[in-house]
Amino acid sequence: MTEHARPREVIAVDNLVQTLGGQEILRGFSLKVYEGETLVLLGRSGGGKSVFLRHLIGLMQPVGGTITVDGLNITDLKERDLAKVRRCMGMLFQNGALFDSMTVADNVAFPLRERGETDEGLIAGKVDKALQMVNLHGQQQKMPVNLSGGMRKRVALARALINEPRCMLYDEPTAGLDPIVADSIDVLIRRLQRRLGVTSIVVTHDMKSAFAIADHVALLHEGRCYFYGTCDQLRASTDPVIRDFVEGRSHEEP
Amino acid sequence: MALARYVGEILLSFTRYLGDLSLLAVETIRGVFQGKIHWRLVTRQIYEIGYRSQLVVLITGAFTGAVFATQTFFQFSRLQMDTAVGPVVSVSMFRELGPVLCGLMVAGRVGASMSAELGTMKVTEQIDALRALAVHPIDYLVVPRFLAMLVSMPLLVAECIGIGIFAAYLLTTKVLGVSEAYYLHNMLYFTGGRDVAMGLIKGMVFGVVIVFVSCHQGLNAREGAVGVGRATTEAVVIGSLFILVVNFFLTMTLNIFFPAGK
Repeated sequence: MTEHARPREVIAVDNLVQTLGGQEILRGFSLKVYEGETLVLLGRSGGGKSVFLRHLIGLMQPVGGTITVDGLNITDLKERDLAKVRRCMGMLFQNGALFDSMTVADNVAFPLRERGETDEGLIAGKVDKALQMVNLHGQQQKMPVNLSGGMRKRVALARALINEPRCMLYDEPTAGLDPIVADSIDVLIRRLQRRLGVTSIVVTHDMKSAFAIADHVALLHEGRCYFYGTCDQLRASTDPVIRDFVEGRSHEEP
Repeated sequence: MALARYVGEILLSFTRYLGDLSLLAVETIRGVFQGKIHWRLVTRQIYEIGYRSQLVVLITGAFTGAVFATQTFFQFSRLQMDTAVGPVVSVSMFRELGPVLCGLMVAGRVGASMSAELGTMKVTEQIDALRALAVHPIDYLVVPRFLAMLVSMPLLVAECIGIGIFAAYLLTTKVLGVSEAYYLHNMLYFTGGRDVAMGLIKGMVFGVVIVFVSCHQGLNAREGAVGVGRATTEAVVIGSLFILVVNFFLTMTLNIFFPAGK
């Protein structure tokens, strides 16, 4: 993707500031996400990546700065007005955040029912399709508590995707998963982007996953966007902060 | 100086707390009129709050009525006023004991489970998941509990009062030997619609207090299991204290509309 032929901006974040518990987590973070691309946001654990992601869907209100989604400034929108924006977006939470009082099928069907779908046959069909997509066919009647971490994440993914969002936010989609399941999630993110043109923002510190799926990579360091570019540019960078991160060096003596 | 600051801080945080509760109440009322009402959840909550609290409430009512009748009888019999036990028990059950004791029991049983459930949902990001799926957590979680409580609480209070009065009647007339006819006549003569209204209104108000206090604690739970535990304890303690305090002011106010005695 060259600078000249860039598609439309879906999300534009300008100078985002957020403090938590008296500590400044984001100190003027700016970022643009273009339609149909996969942007991977890298950064240290506890560096504010997830906090940033939560702002994009209005789960947190920033202290300063603006967030624009599809040309609409969502920074000061009230909870009820945010619903319109959220209907076009999906979010995969770090631990899945499945509703533990419902079965897998009810979890996945939840967004459909909430939007007023009452045809149970149609709902069952869609749930079946969504679960097939995440390789969990036939697990409809299980309760979330009986699922493994990876399965829970995949059910959550099916739930987030069932209404076909145009933009997906992934919070550490591969953290804590075995390499094979992690790879299948990467493949799925890629497939969604290719087949349905879903814009994806993936927060991770899994470098293998980042290189596998990213069109663009941003590095969040000390509350700011330290690097923005393609995977090749990231690999080629000689900046010590970036090199340490990419190669996983802590500089601590054994 | 330090004392003044301490008192000031307590007052400030209490005011902030009342403000938070009011905001939750306003958002809930808005949800009732503007949001989508989940009738299936309302029904389930009526089952949880109303149907499943009955045993607790019935036992509370029966034994309170019985013990209150016994104590009243021991005192009144010395003045040859045995038959006044009926109206004293009945009016007290309607105006104070029924709604307050039922409220306290429901605050313990239902308030704790509400704040624990919502608190767990909060700390496991399920409430954020609701929001991310464009579902307002107040509409989905608080409104059904609020509506269910409005229906259930007056009925629970009525049951509590009814069984209390019945237990008192049985004990006083069958065991303590007071004349049934006089007992019933005096009780019905001195108990009126105003007492019934006061009991049911109080019950409904206490129900609303329990819902808002418990849901507020649950929705604001933090820091994992410890936070949920703290939210649950506080929901029961604050809910119970609020019931006692609100009851005093409610008694004063409702007495203007439904004055006691004939």
